[in-house]
Amino acid sequence: MEHIVIIGNGISGITCARHIRKNSDAKITVISAESEYFFSRTALMYVYMGHMKWNHLKPYEDWFWEKNRIELKTGFVEKIDFEEKMLHFSSEEMMNYDKLVLATGSVYNKFGWEGQDLKGVQGLVSKQDLELLEKNTKNCKKAVIIGGGLIGVELAEMLKTRNIEVTFLIREEAFWHNVLPIQDAEMISKHIKSHGVDLREKTELDKIVANENGRVKSIIINSGEEIECHLVGLCTGVRPNIDFLKNSHLETDKGILVDTFLQTNIKDVYAIGDCAQLKQPLSHRKPIEAVWYAGRMMGEALAQTLTGNKMPYKPGNWFNSAKFFDIEYQTYGNVSAKPGDDEMHFHWQHKDNTKAITIAFDANSNKFLGINTFGIRMRHSVFDQWLNENRKINHVLANLKQANFDPEFYTRYEKDIFKSFKENLKKA
Amino acid sequence: MSKLEHNMSLTAEAPAKLSTTQRLASGIGLVGLFILVLAVANVNFPNKTLFLSLSLGLIAAGTIIFANDLYLGKHEGIKNDGVWFKSLTGRGFWAWILGITLTLFYIVLYWYPQYLGLNADGENTGIISLFDPLSQFISGNPASQWFVYGTLYTLAILIFGYKFILKYRNNRYEVIRTFSVMFFQLGFAFLLPEILIRLNQPYYNPANIWPLNYDLFTDYKINEFLSAGNVGVIMLAFGLISIFVITPILTYKYGKRWYCSWVCGCGGLAETAGDPYRQLSNKSQYAWKIERWVIHSVLVFVTVMTIAVLYSFLGDSANDFWLTKDVFLWGTAGFLTLLFAVIMIFKRKELAQDAKYGAIGYLVVILSIISLNYFSGNGNIFSFGGYQLREWYGFLIGAAFSGVIGVGFYPIFGSRVWCRYGCPMAAILGMQQRLFSRFRITTNGGQCISCGNCSTYCEMGIDVRAYAQKGENIVRSSCVGCGICSAVCPRGVLKLENDDMDGRINSEEVMLGNDVDLMDLVNQKSK
Ligand SMILES: Cc1cc2nc3c(=O)[nH]c(=O)nc-3n(C[C@H](O)[C@H](O)[C@H](O)COP(=O)(O)OP(=O)(O)OC[C@H]3O[C@@H](n4cnc5c(N)ncnc54)[C@H](O)[C@@H]3O)c2cc1C
Ligand code: SF4
Ligand code: SF4
Repeated sequence: MEHIVIIGNGISGITCARHIRKNSDAKITVISAESEYFFSRTALMYVYMGHMKWNHLKPYEDWFWEKNRIELKTGFVEKIDFEEKMLHFSSEEMMNYDKLVLATGSVYNKFGWEGQDLKGVQGLVSKQDLELLEKNTKNCKKAVIIGGGLIGVELAEMLKTRNIEVTFLIREEAFWHNVLPIQDAEMISKHIKSHGVDLREKTELDKIVANENGRVKSIIINSGEEIECHLVGLCTGVRPNIDFLKNSHLETDKGILVDTFLQTNIKDVYAIGDCAQLKQPLSHRKPIEAVWYAGRMMGEALAQTLTGNKMPYKPGNWFNSAKFFDIEYQTYGNVSAKPGDDEMHFHWQHKDNTKAITIAFDANSNKFLGINTFGIRMRHSVFDQWLNENRKINHVLANLKQANFDPEFYTRYEKDIFKSFKENLKKA
Repeated sequence: MSKLEHNMSLTAEAPAKLSTTQRLASGIGLVGLFILVLAVANVNFPNKTLFLSLSLGLIAAGTIIFANDLYLGKHEGIKNDGVWFKSLTGRGFWAWILGITLTLFYIVLYWYPQYLGLNADGENTGIISLFDPLSQFISGNPASQWFVYGTLYTLAILIFGYKFILKYRNNRYEVIRTFSVMFFQLGFAFLLPEILIRLNQPYYNPANIWPLNYDLFTDYKINEFLSAGNVGVIMLAFGLISIFVITPILTYKYGKRWYCSWVCGCGGLAETAGDPYRQLSNKSQYAWKIERWVIHSVLVFVTVMTIAVLYSFLGDSANDFWLTKDVFLWGTAGFLTLLFAVIMIFKRKELAQDAKYGAIGYLVVILSIISLNYFSGNGNIFSFGGYQLREWYGFLIGAAFSGVIGVGFYPIFGSRVWCRYGCPMAAILGMQQRLFSRFRITTNGGQCISCGNCSTYCEMGIDVRAYAQKGENIVRSSCVGCGICSAVCPRGVLKLENDDMDGRINSEEVMLGNDVDLMDLVNQKSK
């Protein structure tokens, strides 16, 4: 029987395993060094905030794996011998494979700051990071978060629930402005501040200062100001977790390079999820997309290929979502943070500063390009269809009601939005 | 035990300690409660009206001040921060104390009302007498233990409903729904029946439908209705129409939620007073299996019991009334068989294998009991009379299950234990919802991140995430449509909808986001 080994029990590895099992009887082994069972990395914050317990993060009950004949192995793969098709574990065990799927995920970035390895300085990616955070915040009164991305704002929210004062440094002029257009970014900045977070724009870390016990006691920012703190959260993004694969024949760049079938340069070796880098990404997508959905979709596609139904990874229109404290965010299609000349933006914002949409369209053809929505839920399938059908902005605005996904009895803003759009047009 | 279970959050203590206002508010509420405790201890208050108002007023004021302080100063949005760290809501020490206290209260209430001061002959004493002025004011009669219970129950729904509204005030579905349960509890379940009594009419709550209201067809109730003239007949007729017409129509249109989370008092208490405990429900598949067997067995029990009770009420001679014992028995058997046949013919595909076996098994049980009843000739079932059966039902299901376990164990098993495992009404509505209803919870394309908030906060123990992460609509008989899964989802993935029956149950091989030609995939597979 063919033995398919998957390194990494995250969403990409597990989705792949599940779909292989649906279509084949191959022997499947999933290896992880992090946790015995698959869990939702995206929900780590809720355990710290006391919304959920660890067990709630497990999407499948523990009996699921044996029932579906997916073998789980805990252990750290130190080296891979691609010629012999052999995995070497740090425990000196070995394991053979016929086909190998690398789904090793990410680790957080460190940019060589002075003091980045001190006690009390950490990122938040793994289960172990969360356990460490629990320890590090035991007597913590003040924390600094470096880097304004999605994990940064989650960490800020987590710390606030434990009554820890948070200073939040971001390089941009407003929160996540490398992704969000300025009005959206400013609205979220304001919202974060309204939660009592000391958000500092255009501020960068210079170095981290230790106390006599080798713990962090403060940081110094680029202006020279010293900020006292007991915890430094490193949230300046993640990078593929591939260090253990360096010095082999495996072709890597930032991540493991793969073709559209998710195959690496070595036969029978594939890579999916956060650790994979597409050699030829589709025009509107990036080579590395470290999001849950991409991992899931790669897992789905690769499982088809591995079970004899060769299928390229062809992600459709981009979509994503997040929550910034109390504001839900969803996006469909592409809205540039800093649009060029041929992209126009229509922005609508409710006066309570918790609801907004920004729609991007082509300045010449009026073609709808994408939408950011805040505080209003929108239907994925409707936008997917509009994007596929190359609809115009007028069509989208006139039919926005169809796309609404808010719970029943919610106040609707389509009329408001449409009116504001028409008025703006007149002015222009 | 709770310490170990905290697992990752070993060290965590309740993050937000009580503020000064919250402590003060707790104090005010406790003083109100203390008056009740004194009354139980048989302190005879001089001015009962004053002390009763004081007690209920202080309890209400305490809760309201507490809730205001807890939620109003904060941003709108649901905050379940630290729920699992708090002893009271995370199955800790205080949860057990509260659970045991509530359980004891129910035991005394149901089986030892004399300790509350109920006097069969003579004046009430204790806590029951404290409620006399209110009871006199509304119905013109002295209070009973049920009146005391009803008042406290209604008060709980009102004040905790207020708290619930503040907590979920960003969500209009939750706000409106809560006003609705508050209204039905106060108006229909509490005031209306008492006022009817004042008007010398039968005690009747139109929102309490068979089989929840299992007394509806007992002889004393039917006699009461019949002797009340037109009003009584209308009540009886309304009871029947509710079962066979109103309920199926509303459930078809909106799902069982119109009842379970908009009207029902048991649901009302679970949603309001029980809200802090909704996360405690068990989500394992094992619990789901138990649930289906237990709840449907209760339904069979109540059906058999009702048939037996009605059977013994009816006469033998067709000259007196066309509905004789025989006509009724064979009519019921025919109706149930027909119902079963219709489901099996038209809805077979929607039922899982075990559901089919279960249904067949239950039909056989009911029919054999009916024939046993018939051939024994004496109207007894397994040598129990219909009334004996009713007593057992009242004891086991009506009191022990719905009260003691259903409410007393909120802090341990979660808020809707009774609705989930025991309520025969929920079973009937659930079957209707599963088989023919426009209601479903839809999932938003590929946006689910499997975080598990929805499953954790589903009080009915439904593993919502299991469906959401597959992009599958959620069509489950136990879903009461409380909307909390949708409310707590951080990615806006879930929506409660009433839509066409077509495409209600969907399951796709590959979720939205991947740009594959699904037809291609299907064709390739069948090759
Ligand atoms: C706090 C946080 C919040 C997030 N929120 C969102 C969100 O809201 N939406 C979203 O789209 N994305 C979110 N993400 C990103 C998302 O979680 C990741 O994109 C996704 O989990 C990647 O899945 P994966 O399967 O590729 O890898 P991972 O889930 O990272 O799994 C990789 C596994 O492989 C193991 N492993 C690696 N190397 C070895 C080895 N040599 N031997 C053995 N085991 C090994 C690792 O220990 C790990 O368990 C979030 C991430 C974090 C950290
Ligand atoms: S599935 Fe959702 S709506 Fe239904 S009972 Fe559970 S939480 Fe409520
Ligand atoms: S709460 Fe939302 S995102 Fe989380 S598992 Fe449920 S449906 Fe998915």
